[in-house]
Amino acid sequence: MQEILEIPAAEFHQTARKLKEEKGMDFLRSLTGMDWGEEGMGAVYHLESTSTGATMTLRVRTADRLQPELPSVSDIWKGAALNEREAYDYFGILFIGNPDMRRLYLREDWQGHPLRKDYDASDLTNPLRMTNEEAVDTTETLELNPDGTLKVQENILFDDKEYVINIGPQHPATHGVLRFRVSLEGETIKKIDVHCGYIHRGIEKMCESLTYPQTLALTDRLDYLGAMQNRHALCMCIENALGIEVSPRVQYIRTIMDELQRIDSHLLFFSCLCMDMGALTAFFYGFRDREKVLDIFEQTCGGRLILNYNIIGGVQADIHPDFVKRVKDFIAYLRPTLREYHDVFTGNIIAQQRLKGVGVLSREDAISFGATGGTGRASGWACDVRKRHPYAVYDRVDFKEIVYPQGDCFARYMVRMDEIEQSLHIIEQLIDDIPDGPYYEKTKPLIKLPEGTYYAAVEGSRGEFGAFIESRGDKYPYRMKFRSTGLPLVSAIDTIARGAKIADLIAIGGTLDYVVPDIDR
Amino acid sequence: MEIKKKPRIKAIPYEEFNDNEYLEKMVRELNENGANIIVGVLDDIVNWGRSNSLWPLTFATSCCGIEFMAVGAARYDFARFGFEVTRASPRQADFIMVAGTITHKMAPVLKRLYDQMADPKYVIAVGGCAISGGPFKKSYHVVNGVDKILPVDVYIPGCPPRPEAMLYGMMQLQRKVKLQKFFGGVNRKEEDPDGSPQEMSETAAPEPAANEQEPVKKEEK
Ligand code: SF4
Repeated sequence: MQEILEIPAAEFHQTARKLKEEKGMDFLRSLTGMDWGEEGMGAVYHLESTSTGATMTLRVRTADRLQPELPSVSDIWKGAALNEREAYDYFGILFIGNPDMRRLYLREDWQGHPLRKDYDASDLTNPLRMTNEEAVDTTETLELNPDGTLKVQENILFDDKEYVINIGPQHPATHGVLRFRVSLEGETIKKIDVHCGYIHRGIEKMCESLTYPQTLALTDRLDYLGAMQNRHALCMCIENALGIEVSPRVQYIRTIMDELQRIDSHLLFFSCLCMDMGALTAFFYGFRDREKVLDIFEQTCGGRLILNYNIIGGVQADIHPDFVKRVKDFIAYLRPTLREYHDVFTGNIIAQQRLKGVGVLSREDAISFGATGGTGRASGWACDVRKRHPYAVYDRVDFKEIVYPQGDCFARYMVRMDEIEQSLHIIEQLIDDIPDGPYYEKTKPLIKLPEGTYYAAVEGSRGEFGAFIESRGDKYPYRMKFRSTGLPLVSAIDTIARGAKIADLIAIGGTLDYVVPDIDR
Repeated sequence: MEIKKKPRIKAIPYEEFNDNEYLEKMVRELNENGANIIVGVLDDIVNWGRSNSLWPLTFATSCCGIEFMAVGAARYDFARFGFEVTRASPRQADFIMVAGTITHKMAPVLKRLYDQMADPKYVIAVGGCAISGGPFKKSYHVVNGVDKILPVDVYIPGCPPRPEAMLYGMMQLQRKVKLQKFFGGVNRKEEDPDGSPQEMSETAAPEPAANEQEPVKKEEK
């Protein structure tokens, strides 16, 4: 548990700027809106310096519950823009200076802010509305007048003459229910406005009325291609809070499972990217091989996609007797197959021309948006949590952090392909000597976390996945927040795609590799 | 293939036709002389064709969608059973697999997609979420079952359903399609909510859409 610095709201913007410029706190890991009841509303900021690796947690608070206002830091960290919109949507906190104070997930005609403790959750306030939503072309910036009143300034998103097309929410290339409004100049993209929330399931609110072991069930369903890792993060967070030390056997199993999951996810990435770009055969290849990972999962966990394997203090069941052998067979099988993938797709001239030099994200922008995972590493930012804050047995294995400097679609593609090899390498080092020992530590059925705030992060399949818990000593979390791996990626899409051709949006979206339920949570 | 040598029409018993023997003899003779001919009911051949080329809409919102993709991919391969390819446009799709959670914001979009599909159209609810809200039943933003907004033909339970279960569910839809009558069947009796059986004349459009739309309208008020 890290100490939290309390910063007065009035000074916050200045302090934040100073922290970034003087202390090098250039990476906003996570921004969590909060409702502290009597103490007011506010937000918790997790910061990290990419140069020194130092981390920091800040808290900003406002006592006004009726119209809570905080200064926006979206001009300091670009990634804050969407996160602040999320906090506004959840809590009604107005961020002064944020250029876009629309709701992020819920409909504009939604009544109230669901994560506030005084929210009226009855169906009467918010019945199912079947009317179609209007898309607005303007947004609002709130600014403070010297006398403390608010000045509303209108921003124009798209003016009347612009040619705006709508992509999604049902579109095969958006990989789920994401929606873009794209303004075009001929074929060139001028601006993208992202609409999220079509799969916003309110998981964070639900967690507040579930006991800790129950909350685990929902993590698998966030980013289902990182089910193992997500659950690992939450279990780790709770274990750290309780001071439970899991056995080495569990550490080994968790690490191997995380890596298998990563391979599974990257194979699916390869399949879907190829399909989006018209290489349907490659899609079938990828899925064929992915099934082999799922078979291994199924034998041990019983599930194929939703695995429910990690539990607080260990794992649900011991590994299957065949596990080791099957994993080894799989490694032996996948290595030559990967070469085949490269022959079929990577070297293909059409693929190369559609990927190389397209959709460049600079290193500064990647950090500023907090775009971790393969996307960040393809932009030259070594952001792997496994190296930055080693957990499980990652500090004892040898593996290379794949970093490409180009920042284009091809680099993002290659990072993932190379990571599959690294994952195989990690598993190889561990699979033969999984230590004996218990596969779980006994815990009480009713778990109460000591009062405080906790944050733990793992390297998910597509970036840093973090679990943040604020506990008041009850059997339910007071607030539980998941750092989405995908939200920073979509917030960067406008920057990446500007100036590219509309057809490149498919390659850009494909290589960013987001999973929409993880964005919307 | 469902086409029988002897046409079977439920409403009119076989014996009530006058010249069965003459027709059957003719067919036999033609067959013996090498002419490929069969006598059947037009409905059967239409339904045989239709049920074996049901194309789904490319639609997935979350986890169940990935399993749906797996069903389409190499190992499970729904093309074997005539589901062939998913269509990205609702205008070209025959049925919609509601794979994944449907949220309040998505509900009107889904309804619109359904409305855009050409008749005859079908809906399969895949997974706990689409059936009842599943693990997210208590959430403020999740529709507790797509049957609140669309008429559902087949429910496939699971979280996510196994690919085999999905195939089974899709084949149940095929069975349902095979029983439909395109050329004015008169023998389908449907239970009236008041108890008295009601004669329903059937047209090309399956009717459930009409009676299911009511609850939605109520909510709009
Ligand atoms: S039923 Fe389960 S697997 Fe399917 S969408 Fe819902 S949570 Fe995901």
